[in-house]
Formats: sequence, C-alpha cells, structure tokens
Amino acid sequence: MSTATLAITPEVLRGHGLTAEEYARIKSLLGGREPTLTELGIFSVMWSEHCSYKSSRVHLKRLPTRSRRVLQGPGENAGIVDIGDGWACAFKIESHNHPSFIEPFQGATTGVGGILRDIFTMGARPVAVMDSLRFGPISAGVGRAPSPANSHREDIRRNHSILEGVVSGIASYGNCFGVPNLGGETKFEPCYSGNPLVNAFALGLVRKDQIFYGKAAGEGNPVIYVGAKTGRDGIHGATMASEEFSEESEAKRPNVQVGDPFLEKLLLEACLEAMQTGAIIGIQDMGAAGLTCSTCEMGARGHVGIEIEMDRVPQRETGMSAYEILLSESQERMLLVAQKGREQEVYRVFRKWGLDAVEVGKVISENRMRVLEHGKVVAEIPNTALTDDAPVYQRPLKRWEPPVPGGMPDHIKLGSKADFTDDLKRLLGSPNICSKRWIYQQYDSMVQTNTVEGPGAGDGGVIRIKGSQRGLSMALDGNSRWCYLDPKLGAMHAVAEAARNVACSGATSVGATNCLNFGNPEKPQIMWQFSQAIDGITKACEELEIPITGGNVSFYNETLGEAIYPTPVLGVVGILEDVGKATFPHFREPGHAVVLLRGSEPGDATDAEVEFGSSEYAKEILGELWGFPPALELEKEAALQKAIVELIEAGLIDSAHDCSEGGLAVALARASFAKSIGCSIELSANDLAPEFVLFGEDASRIVISCDPGNVARIKQVAQKHGIFADQLGETVPETIDIRLDGRMVISATVSELNDEHEGALERMLRSEPAVMAD
Amino acid sequence: MKFGVLIFPGSNCDHDAYWAIEQVLKQPVTFLWHESHELENCDAIIVPGGFAYGDYLRTGAIAKFSPVMQSVRKFADKGGLVLGICNGFQILCESGLLPGALMRNAGLKYVCKPVHVQVENADTPFTNANRTGDVLRIPIGHMEGNYFCDETTLQELRRDGRVVFRYSSPSGEITQEANPNGSLDNIAGICSPGRNVLGMMPHPERASEPSLGCTDGVKIFESMVRAGVSAGALAAK
Repeated sequence: MSTATLAITPEVLRGHGLTAEEYARIKSLLGGREPTLTELGIFSVMWSEHCSYKSSRVHLKRLPTRSRRVLQGPGENAGIVDIGDGWACAFKIESHNHPSFIEPFQGATTGVGGILRDIFTMGARPVAVMDSLRFGPISAGVGRAPSPANSHREDIRRNHSILEGVVSGIASYGNCFGVPNLGGETKFEPCYSGNPLVNAFALGLVRKDQIFYGKAAGEGNPVIYVGAKTGRDGIHGATMASEEFSEESEAKRPNVQVGDPFLEKLLLEACLEAMQTGAIIGIQDMGAAGLTCSTCEMGARGHVGIEIEMDRVPQRETGMSAYEILLSESQERMLLVAQKGREQEVYRVFRKWGLDAVEVGKVISENRMRVLEHGKVVAEIPNTALTDDAPVYQRPLKRWEPPVPGGMPDHIKLGSKADFTDDLKRLLGSPNICSKRWIYQQYDSMVQTNTVEGPGAGDGGVIRIKGSQRGLSMALDGNSRWCYLDPKLGAMHAVAEAARNVACSGATSVGATNCLNFGNPEKPQIMWQFSQAIDGITKACEELEIPITGGNVSFYNETLGEAIYPTPVLGVVGILEDVGKATFPHFREPGHAVVLLRGSEPGDATDAEVEFGSSEYAKEILGELWGFPPALELEKEAALQKAIVELIEAGLIDSAHDCSEGGLAVALARASFAKSIGCSIELSANDLAPEFVLFGEDASRIVISCDPGNVARIKQVAQKHGIFADQLGETVPETIDIRLDGRMVISATVSELNDEHEGALERMLRSEPAVMAD
Repeated sequence: MKFGVLIFPGSNCDHDAYWAIEQVLKQPVTFLWHESHELENCDAIIVPGGFAYGDYLRTGAIAKFSPVMQSVRKFADKGGLVLGICNGFQILCESGLLPGALMRNAGLKYVCKPVHVQVENADTPFTNANRTGDVLRIPIGHMEGNYFCDETTLQELRRDGRVVFRYSSPSGEITQEANPNGSLDNIAGICSPGRNVLGMMPHPERASEPSLGCTDGVKIFESMVRAGVSAGALAAK
C-alpha cells in the first residue's frame, strides 16, 4: 500500500481534529496498522462532530420518530412522510452557520444548495424552502442585555453586513434554482453577533413508489459521478464546522464552498429524468465530507463496498491529490449506482443537460471503501469503521442556571402608564417582531405557481399540490431566549408554536424536522442544555403526536469562548385535506367577531410576573431579562390545535392568528394589516398589570375572527375540546381600539401601526449603512 | 390553438406557463427544447421566465444564440405570436425582437411581489380581452426589470401604441411609487411593430387561478387564444 509522505505526528492529528484516543481507535479498526495520510483525512471528516454526531447520538435516540405516515425516518438524506393520494413529501432542515459567518453570501448559498440536494437525491422535486436566521443586533437596543454586553457600532455594522450577505445568498441560490421561498423566521440577539445561524429547510414532493435511497447494491454495478467537477474548495469544511471560532477564523475562508445554482438546477432536472429510466439503483449527494461520505455511506447502507479510482474523478484543478479529491466539498455533485449494462441510458440524460457523468468505480462485495490512485490502493477502510463504529460519546452533563434574576427586578414598576399605544408601536417596529418584508421580497416566493400563503402573512407557508385537493402547510419556530432560561421548556415551545402555526392554516401536523444549534458539547453545561432540549422536543412531539423524521445538529457555535443561546429550531409540516379551506391570519371584513381561543386559564399575578421577564416587551421596552418562559400545558395545546383544525374544516372561522411574540396586542395588530381591517376590543384585567394582559406571551392562544352568528357554535366546539373561547370584540374598518376594564389603553389607525411594522427593518439597515464584505 | 413553451437550461417558469395553458386555458401545449430548430407547428410561442443558461453573463445574452431562438425569430418575422415573460422579455430584447434593454433594478435587489399594471393599449393580440385603462394585479419576480431605451425609440413606442403595460397604482395612476424597478416611463411591457411579439416583466401565469390569490393574468392568455382564433378564421377564408 502506498503511503503519503507526511508522518502522523500529534500536530497532524490536531490539525485533523482527532484526539489521541480516537487515533488509537482508528488503528485498531484498521487491524493495528497506521493509517495513510489519505485515510487519516477520511477518518477526520467522517468522525467529525458534523458527520458522526458523536456527542449527540446518544441523546437523539430519545426522539420519537415513528408514525403510520412516516416512510423514512432519520438516517437518510431526508425524512419522508406519506401525504395521501400516492404522494409523499421529503423534508429536512440543516444548518450552515459556520460558513455563513466566515463568508455570508457563499455560506448561505451553499446551505440552500445542500438542503435542496438532500431532497432531490431522494427523487423528490423541491417545492418549497424556508429559512430560520439568527443575527446579532442590527440596531442599538435598550437597557442591559445579557452577555456579550452592549453592542458596539462596529458589531452592528458587521451584523448588517452579515444579514445582507446571507439574505442575498439565499435569494441568489433559490431564485435561480426556481423553488419558492415561503419565509421562515429571523431573530436578533446579542449572542449571535459572533456566530450567526443560517438554518435552511426544504421540502419536496415524490410519488410514494418512486423514492430513491442512498444505498449501493449489486456487485460489479458501476458507480457514476455526476455534476460539477471537483476542486479544492471546502476541504475540511465538516471539520471546520466542528470547532469553535477564534480570531484566526478569517483564514478559514478557503474552507467555504462556492455555490452554482444554475448547475444545481441542471443537476435536479437531470437526476429526476435519469431516475425515470429505471437504471439507477441508489443515489446520494456529495455534501459534507464530499465523495468520502457518499462512498462509505452508500456502501454501508447496502452492506456492500465501493471501489473508486481518483484519476477518473472530473477535476477542475490540476495536481489534486487523492486526499484533496476525497475531502473536497465542491458543490453540485452526486454519486450514483446504476445497473450494469444500462449506463448509457444514464449518460444520455446527463449529456442532454450538459453535465459530467463518469464511471469512477464499482460496487464490490466486501463491506469496505477502497480508493485507488493511478491504479494503486491509497485507502482501504471498512465502511462500518467510518459509520457505525465511529466514536460515540456520553459527554458529561452539568445543570446550568442562566445569570439572570428569577423574579422581576424591583426598579420596574408596571401599571403606571395610562396609554400603551406607543409601546405597541415600538414593539411592532422592534427587530424580532417587525415585518421581514425587506428580506422576503428578495426571495421568489411564487415560482412553481403553488403558493397559497406566502411569506409575510404569518409564520408559516401553505402550498397546493397540483392534481390533488390537498395542500401542505409548514412553519419554522424557535425562541432561543426561552431556551436560554429553560432549555427543556423552551424546546417544548418551539414544537408547540411551529405546530400551532401549521394548525392555524387548517392543517394537521404530520412530521417535524429539527435543527439543533448549540455551543461546545465538550462543556458539560452546554451538553446539559442539549440534553434538556432533546427532552423537551421529545415530550412535546409525543404529546402532539408529531414524529421527528430527521434534522441536523450544529455544535461549536461559539466565538472566543462565548456560546450562543441554545437554539433548537423546529420545522413542522402539516396536511390540509382541502387546500381551498386554507385559513389566513388576517381579518377579512368589518363587523365580524374577534374571539380568543386559549388552551389554559391565565396564570395568577405571580406566574405572570415571572414569565413576563422572557417577553419581547421586557427585552424591547424594559431592556431586561428575568424569570422563566411561559408555562406550557401540552395536553391543552394539543386540544387547542385539534379544535382550530376542526373549526376551519367546519368553515366556522375567517381568520386565525397565533398569539406569540409581543402577546395579544401585537397579534391583534398584525391580524389587521393585510386588509386594513382593525378591531375594537374590550379586555378585563382580572387583577393583572395591563402590560401582562396586552403584551404577555402566554402559550396556547389563537386570535380568530368569524361571522358573529358562528360564535355560539365555536364556543361549543371549544368546550368539547376542553379549551376556552372568549369573544373580545369585533372587527372594524381602519382603526384599532383596545379597552381594558372600560378604559382606552391603545388607540391608533391600522395604517400608522402598519407604518411602524412594515418598513422597520429597512429603516434599521439604512440608518447604519452596511460595509461591504470583501 | 397550439402553444409551445421554450425550455432553456435554467428556465424555471416553463412548467408554470405549461400548466396555465393546459389546465386553465385548456389549450394544447408542448415543450420546445433549446437545441431544436423545430417549433412543432405551434401557433404561439411562450418564452418563459427563469435564468436561461444561468444568466451569469448579461440576461438573455447566451439564449439569443440558441437554435430554438433562430426559429422563433423566423416565426415572429412571419407574424407568429410570441410572448416573453420576465427572463423571456429579456431574451426577446437581447435577440432584437423587441427594442431596448432590461437593466438591474434601481433598488439593486431582486424584487418579488404583486404589482399593478395598467393596460395602455387593448388593441394587441395579448390584451384584446381587456379594455385600455384596465388595471391588472400581477406578480413580478426579477433582478433585471429596469426597462431602458433611447429617446427616439421611446417616442416610437409611444406613438405606435407599443407600450402595452405600465406600472401603476391600484387605481391606475402612473406614479414613481408604483414603479418597482426604476423602469423608464414605468414601462412593464412592450410589443413589436407588428404587435405579434410582447415582452412583459410581470408573470401572468402566477395570476391565473383563484387559489393563487389572483386571476388577472388569464386575460393575457385568453387574448392570445382569441387572436389566434380570428387569425385562423382569416386564414381559412
């Protein structure tokens, strides 16, 4: 066996992110021999946190992953759920955080590109994407935020620049590829200043009997490389994503790949067409860890091996070593196994689309990956050594309390204001709550002509399925401030809120995908946060009967030792039996009743005070953070979601808007904007401070509007489900008036509130011009 | 009336146009591949939206050299109906079938949203189902929609009634606020001297079914069918 010249020293191991114990394990898995440098590179990427899930695996096992609809759970390129009429949908969310910090535009484009390939490699045509984004502050906020403390002007400028780069990257890739972007969510917290999060979700449709898997089979079958040529870009990208950032991270820019959406579009069309030939046995995209990962994973899943010859791999640079070819993360590439003798059918399709398709190897009977260079073996590793036998760590956990007060600080006096109109305006224009129009208008949200509910209306999106009565609803959610205060409860909320958004459109949730963004797992308190979050997701998914079908873990989201808030993001997908009944968040006509559906009774004043510290009001108006996230009774949440779906199916309501950030007042305002139909509302305080009533963020609440004649029936349905339905007032043209115990506390025109909301993000970005990232 | 929808590598509104013609208009329709000269006896050609050949160069700059566009040019010269939507409009300008050019949006960013356009001339094969002055609500989605031509050309376009659509307010005022991309004179769509070639930035296929929130785009396809039927009737005589 030929060996690379470089000796394997402790420095070399460190450079590959491997520990001495891991190296010993490698040697034993290789039957005692030293690995070649090429082999070491292969182990390094496959055993990286990013690819091996070595810290998270033991915890991920707790997630519920089954239901009668789940056709494919975690472990494949994407999860697949049966949606009826012979259709299935494949979906997944994945992070591209580290590359997006180093090079925002390309980091984001390749994030979108990677998740799209995960979908179409399974035979599904991508029909929707969404994104969950987190950035550092883009405006000077109020008060004392938790560490890192007050953001500087420089930070703000850089955050603008990252935001602009990420958004234009997402736009550039998705628009050219031709998949509608249905929105998602964008939030801002100081902890993301040095570590933005870019989580991309994609969903595709596939006929149930035409699903493809990343599985090799049949000794002697050709292994074909298709798509872009391999370059030196992205070498060790997966290893980079498995480290914290330091001041030297700038030097890692060459580790970021460059995306070509046009090529991906050709690859999509060519792959789907080639799949129709029936000559393809298995197919997998080359994402993290590139050719290495697809080669060993396809072999491992099929209990066979793959032998590839480096000389045959299409290369865009000269003089590339086997090491570089194997570890390159060049984009827009796929590996497939075809039936021997039918290669020409596959080549014909790829030639039609102007793409490379080259036989680079063959399926072998031994369960191993064998790499040849100039005909000589440069790496030969059992597949399982790279997959099943990769290290699994039961990392230590340590309970952690956030350094914030448990109760409301004494200096805060609530209830002294007579009018809250200005507070409402400030909240509507605050970074987390304001309209994200500046972002979503840069995305093509309508291509494919399936978009029933696009971005901007609520937190979710709805598409129709051509040729079917059904539609699909989807939403992304995650409140990291809540997870910081209580990771378990915060994660439960993420599931509940995403599912509630899906339910508000009239859909029943059938599956979820999660993107788990955390700090360094080698720190026990971070690992504890992670474990708690998994417990929360598990509990909520079990109670709401939503299986997790896949997702992604992103650790090491730390810069200079400072971790992000624990940020689990949940993507929930639901089925609308009749897409014609899809319900929107906005009020539709004046003179209708406004009703609040709620799962639980409001808590008492003590609970309200403790929970208020985690609200947007506390952050934006008071500049403080304390206490805990709102309580969540999952069985009540489940009942609420069943009730809203039943009400929509029965045609009893006109609009449904989830009540979340900014509380009831913000929900009422946002429901008013689309058609400039406001509301006249009467609330009673029940001994609570007016701030709690107007802006408290109690869970399990939905604002609906309906024909006044339906209120009695709506109350019956609510009662049947054991939830509450209280009429708050009625819709009126053009104004919003809210009275509390008979006293007017908020009074404004819809248009003046909308002005605060709609253009806020643009104003913040314009007030501090972003410096161009060069 | 048989429609042909061109497919370039990178077209991504080809299936949407096909669907609108087949499912909404209920007319026969076929795809035409960029490498073929054959227009398969189509009565009307749609050059769809997307990013033909990636549009990494100037939009439409490569597409104009494709074999299928040579045939489309001949077809148009003989009076055949050609509708270019979005990237299709860019390709028609680049091919010389329509005058002027589409530059980067004034705001420098891609813009996707519903806009209003006023029908400036209902006497074309693409607008005969409308009345002059009608306001249509149709979405746009583009990075390069900022129409520009020289002053002489603009005068000609105006004089000959070849400015077919202009961005307007919902009530039909032609204002700067209604202009989403900085387009000269709020121009959203123009036609050829023979009026048989139309290029427009808004996407009528995205406004053709109630479930998509708007149906104003259907009128444009219906107009083409009407024009095709009367042309056929003339030819039969």
